[in-house]
Amino acid sequence: MIWNPNKECMSREQMRALQSKRLQKLVQYVYHNVPFYRHKMQAMDVAPEDIKSIDDIVKLPFTTKQDLRDNYPYGLQAAPASEIVRVHASSGTTGNPTIVGYTRKDLAVWSEVMARALTAYGVTRDDTFSVSYGYGLFTGGLGAHYGVENLGATVIPTSTGNTEKHIRLIRDLKITGIACTPSYALYLAETLDKMGLKKEDIGLRIGAFGAEPWTENMRNEIEQRLGLKGFNLYGLSEIMGPGVSYECQEQNGSHINEDHFYPEIINPETLEQLPHGEQGELVFTTLTKEGMPLLRYRTKDLCTLHDEVCACGRTSIKMGRIVGRSDDMLIIRGINVFPSQVESVILEMQEFEPQYMLVVDRVNNLDTLQVQVEVRREQFSDDIGRMLAMKKRLADRLKSVLSISADVRLMEPGSIERSQGKGKHVIDNRQLK
Amino acid sequence: MKIKQLSIFLENKTGRINEVTKILSHAGINMQAFSMAETTDFGILRLIVAEVDKAVEVLREANFAVMLTDVVCIKCRNEAGALSTILDRLSEQNIFIEYMYAFAEDDRANVVIRPSDIERCIEILSQCQCDVINNF
Repeated sequence: MIWNPNKECMSREQMRALQSKRLQKLVQYVYHNVPFYRHKMQAMDVAPEDIKSIDDIVKLPFTTKQDLRDNYPYGLQAAPASEIVRVHASSGTTGNPTIVGYTRKDLAVWSEVMARALTAYGVTRDDTFSVSYGYGLFTGGLGAHYGVENLGATVIPTSTGNTEKHIRLIRDLKITGIACTPSYALYLAETLDKMGLKKEDIGLRIGAFGAEPWTENMRNEIEQRLGLKGFNLYGLSEIMGPGVSYECQEQNGSHINEDHFYPEIINPETLEQLPHGEQGELVFTTLTKEGMPLLRYRTKDLCTLHDEVCACGRTSIKMGRIVGRSDDMLIIRGINVFPSQVESVILEMQEFEPQYMLVVDRVNNLDTLQVQVEVRREQFSDDIGRMLAMKKRLADRLKSVLSISADVRLMEPGSIERSQGKGKHVIDNRQLK
Repeated sequence: MKIKQLSIFLENKTGRINEVTKILSHAGINMQAFSMAETTDFGILRLIVAEVDKAVEVLREANFAVMLTDVVCIKCRNEAGALSTILDRLSEQNIFIEYMYAFAEDDRANVVIRPSDIERCIEILSQCQCDVINNF
């Protein structure tokens, strides 16, 4: 089934014409409403009139996460505050979160693109769907939630938390679909085993998995253990949230909602646009966004774009799996974590040397983060209570900055390996099988 | 008499205590008493040695986080109730004990105490029937 054949199955020429028209309008809009973009364009000697078709997008400036941080909180917002009806935030690297405001129309677009994704997965009005992304500032929960409602299926806003209770709900409410991170899906399968239940005891048939990288092997394992079919759901809060792209039944790439989010692949070093089929950094321009529209936002995700015609009937461009990052961002339990966030916390505390190591692992299918830090020689105390309090202070600070808890490990001074040049601060032991 | 105890910060890592004993052995320093306090990821090794300054020097040279802590050492009779009597006196006078460790040999027992108020603690101990000692 296709939710919106008019848009999802548009001919390439029509799509290009639509994108060209929308880009022109967008550039006029940001030029006159966002001083940041006006100044950038003036510095590059580009006027809105210079943008005549979608191909002219290469004349426009890029936007980075740093720009969002520098313009905290509302510097990149184009719509007046009275038009903003909701705000989401994602963690920032220096303590400043990234703030994204949505107008009523933005929310309508969001639930439209989410409904397209869910329909492509095979979800219908007869399904009961559990949304197990976190509800809150994170876009996952509410984003998926309104998509399910828009489609007309029943939404069960389970969020994250008590997994056994969640499984009982899946069984008792005859929940047929679930949206969550792939690692949570595996954890769910494990808990099912522990409760002595089998996949036949529950009736899950569709999974919408995203917010962290995953592999075909993980898909096979989740599908086998939960008895469902798992689909990729891609998104990022700066652009919208979940629903930027989605897999169809063919499962060989994720269709991008390119009437709203125009994709490009660039070489992250030279910033040149690369032809489809070549791997590089994924860049999005929000063609229709009102609240916080972005020109050429650098996602730092590395992947490939494909324009071969899909057997499902959709004509939109597909993106391959995310194969890596062009920066040092880690995704832990679906949350973006930068080593520099940990560093800034440690530098603020006089108890510790500016030496640290992040050890990421996956235990029982849940990501774990350990932060190893060296205690300064003169801060060492014979009093265990004081040492534990020092450890707890750091753990509390990290939790508030990272939004996930980290296991702090106090290390002897000098024990963390010093590296020449760019310090190595991450050991990622997760095996993406 | 106060005694300087060495406190050494150790990660929970195989062979780490051995590193300390090796360094002290090379320096010819004999350990007279020690105890190990541990948490899930680190421990504090507490040591009484004869040559405190030299021990601190060689351990710091080897990059250990070392500090000195004042403790009281006493000798009491190695028999049922001996320690209890002493601790009764301390608690009557509101002396709080952060930690202690002990070992017995023949008819005497040696006890190391880290009290909340070390001066008062020594005063009280001197008044009861136990020997506050300078070393073992």
